[in-house]
Amino acid sequence: MDLLKFFTAGSVDDGKSTLIGRLLYDSESILADQLEALQRSNRKNDDGTIDLAILTDGLKAEREQGITIDVAYKYFQTEKRKFIIADTPGHIQYTRNMVTGASNSNLAIILVDARKGVVEQTMRHSFIVSLLELKHVVVCINKMDMVNFDQTVFDQIRSAYSAIASQLNLHDVTYIPVSALKGDNVVNKSMNMNWFQGKSLLDHLESVSLTEDINLDQARMPVQWVVRPQTDELHDYRGYAGRVLSGTFKVNDRVVIMPSGSRSVISKIETFENEIENANTGMSATIHLMDNVDVSRGDLIVGEKNLPKNSNLIEADLCWMDSQPLDIGLTYLIQHNSKVSKCRIQEILYQVNINTLEKLSPHVFNLNEIGRVVLKTAGNLTFDLYQENKSNGGAILIDSRTNLTVAALMFRAVAD
Amino acid sequence: MLLKKNEMTELINSQYPIHMNKQDADYLDQLESEAIYILREVAGQFEKPALLFSGGKDSITLVRLAEKAFRPGKFPFPLVHIDTGHNFPETITYRDEMINRINEKLIVGYVQDSIDQGKVIEQKGKNASRNSLQTSTLLDTIAAHGFDACIGGARRDEEKARAKERIFSVRDEFGQWDPKRQRPELWNIYNGRIHKGENVRVFPISNWTELDVWNYIRREKISLPSIYFAHSREVITRNGQIMAAADHLNMDHLDVVSSKKVRFRTVGDMTCTAAIESEADQIDDIIEEIKASKISERGARMDDKVSEAAMEDRKKGGYF
Repeated sequence: MDLLKFFTAGSVDDGKSTLIGRLLYDSESILADQLEALQRSNRKNDDGTIDLAILTDGLKAEREQGITIDVAYKYFQTEKRKFIIADTPGHIQYTRNMVTGASNSNLAIILVDARKGVVEQTMRHSFIVSLLELKHVVVCINKMDMVNFDQTVFDQIRSAYSAIASQLNLHDVTYIPVSALKGDNVVNKSMNMNWFQGKSLLDHLESVSLTEDINLDQARMPVQWVVRPQTDELHDYRGYAGRVLSGTFKVNDRVVIMPSGSRSVISKIETFENEIENANTGMSATIHLMDNVDVSRGDLIVGEKNLPKNSNLIEADLCWMDSQPLDIGLTYLIQHNSKVSKCRIQEILYQVNINTLEKLSPHVFNLNEIGRVVLKTAGNLTFDLYQENKSNGGAILIDSRTNLTVAALMFRAVAD
Repeated sequence: MLLKKNEMTELINSQYPIHMNKQDADYLDQLESEAIYILREVAGQFEKPALLFSGGKDSITLVRLAEKAFRPGKFPFPLVHIDTGHNFPETITYRDEMINRINEKLIVGYVQDSIDQGKVIEQKGKNASRNSLQTSTLLDTIAAHGFDACIGGARRDEEKARAKERIFSVRDEFGQWDPKRQRPELWNIYNGRIHKGENVRVFPISNWTELDVWNYIRREKISLPSIYFAHSREVITRNGQIMAAADHLNMDHLDVVSSKKVRFRTVGDMTCTAAIESEADQIDDIIEEIKASKISERGARMDDKVSEAAMEDRKKGGYF
C-alpha cells in the first residue's frame, strides 16, 4: 500500500468541505463519536441531512465565521491506498495557505461549480497548481444535481478548462462530474449520470500512478546530522545521516560533497541496525565515505553524474506570505533543505495577477502576491531547478527580526 | 520488578506472533522516514531539545524512531516525563525498564512538587483530575532546564484542533499556541528559529493515524505497557465510562467495583483514561479491534468531552 497526498482548492461555496466530508463519510472513515458530535451540532442541510462540511472545520474562529482559514490535514485509508488530504481555503486572501498545501501534495483537486463554470478563482487555483508543479490534476465539476445532471454542462466546462490546462502546461488532467451533497461519483458511481464513462473520484485517487513522479537521475542527500558515537569500540565511526531527496545512492558510488566539491566513494549505507546496498528516494539513511573528507550539516552529498546548479544568483518564483511587505533593502535568511544562508532580493522582475495571469510591472510584494525575482545569497547554494527536481528546488525566506517564514521560493534558473 | 531480557523477549513473542504483511511496508516506510528526518532536524536546529515521554504508545514509538535516527550514537536529547502521581503503575514499570534498556537520560517533573510549592491547587471532588495541572509542571520543567524544543507524540488525526497544528509548532514564553500566528510549513523545510524564551513543540508523527502507529508497533515488535493488552481488572463505571478502580478516583459508596476483562487505548492518568471491554490480548487482535472500532481514540478521554472546543482551549494554554 502506498501513500497519496492531495490538496483541494475551492471555496466554501463550491462545496469543498462537503466533498471531503463525503469522501470520508462514504468511505466509512468517520468514527462513531465524531459522527455523534456531528449529529449533536445544529448545522443541517436544508433537507435535514447532516452537514458533512463540519467534519473539516477545525478551529473555533472558523466555526464562528463559517470559513476555513488554515491548512487542515485529514487522513483516510482504503484497501488500496493511504491518503493525506491538505484541506485549504480558496479565497484570494488565503493564497499562501493554498501554496503551503500544494507544496506538500502529489495531486490537486480543483472544484468548479457546475452552475457557474470556469471562473476567476478556477484560474487562480490552477495557476498555483502549475506554480508548485503538481503533476496530477482532477477537475471536479460539482453540484451536478443543480443542473439536472446535464452532460452538455459538463462538456462545456471541460472544454473551457482544457484551454487553461494547456496555457498552464498541466498535462495529466481528469474531469469528473460530481454531486458532493448527494454523493454522486464521489465514492460511488452515480446512477444519475450514465453518460459518464470515467471512474468515481475515489476510484481515480486509488489508481493514479505515482511511480513516474520520482526523479531517478539526480542523486541528492543533504546531511542533517553527523553520527559520531566516540566510544571506545566505535572510535572511528563517522556516519552522515540524512534523507535521500531524489535519485539513488549505492555502495561504491562516487559522490561529490557540495559546496566544497570534495570527492569520495560510498563505503557503507546503514539504516539503524541494517546495512543496505541502496538508499532510494525518500529513505532516511546514514552514509559512510571511504575518505576522511570534511562534511557537516547543511552540506549536500550528490552523485557524480548530473551535478546540481551552484550559484549565488538565482532567478526564482516567489509567493509572499507575511502581512509585512517585502523590504528590498533588508537581508533575509534563506532556508534550503538543512542549510540556512543570508540572502537579499536583488531585483523584482515582475509580478503576476493570479486571477488573469497577466504580468504586472514590478512593485513591492504584499501578502499573497506572486512573481519572479532574482536572489543573491551569501555564498553559493547548490540546488536544482524546481521544475526538474522539486525536492531540491524549493526554499523558504525567513525574516530574522520576527523569525517568521515570509516567502516560498521556487528556483527557476541560474541568473547571470 | 524488572523483567530479564529473555523473559521480555518471550513476552513480546507471545503478544506479537505474526510478522507484518508486505503490503503495509510502503506507507509505513514513508512515515518512518519522514519522522526520522524531523527528529534529525530537531537535533540539527536546536541547542537544547528534549523528548516528552508519557509512557503511551505514541511516545514509545518516538523512542524507537529516535533510536533509528541516532544510533549507534546517543540521543542528542534527554527524555522528560511529567509524572502526575496518578499514573498507572504499569506505566512507571515500563518506563524504568525502557530507560534501563536504551541507556539514555530521563528527567522527571512531578506534579506533586507543583502542588507542594503552591503553584497549582489540587482539584476537589469526585471527578478531580491532575490532568490539567500537568501543564504548569511541564512549563516549569521546560524553563528549569532551558529546553528550546520539546518533541511530542501528538498526531493530527486525534482531534480537529490538532489537524491544523504544524509539525514545528512555536510556543510563546507562556507555552501558549496561537493558531492564527502559525508559520506556513512548506515542503519538508522546517523553520525552527525562535526568540529567547520561546520554544518549539515538534510532532514527528503528525501524519500518522492510530492504526499506523499500531501497524508500526507490530512491524517493529515494540513492547508496550501491559495495560494496552486485555487483562482482568477491578473497575468502576462512571459517567458511562469504565475506569480502573484506584484511590485517585475518590471512590464512594455509589461506585460499584467489579472485575472485567479490559484494555486501555491510551495511557493517561488513571483519573481520566477510560478502559474498553476487550478480549484483545495480542497485537493482531488489537489491530482488528481498532479497524472495526466505533469509538475514536480520544473518545475514551473524558477531558475532551467538556466542550467541542476543549482541546483547542487547552492547547492555547500550553497543554501538549
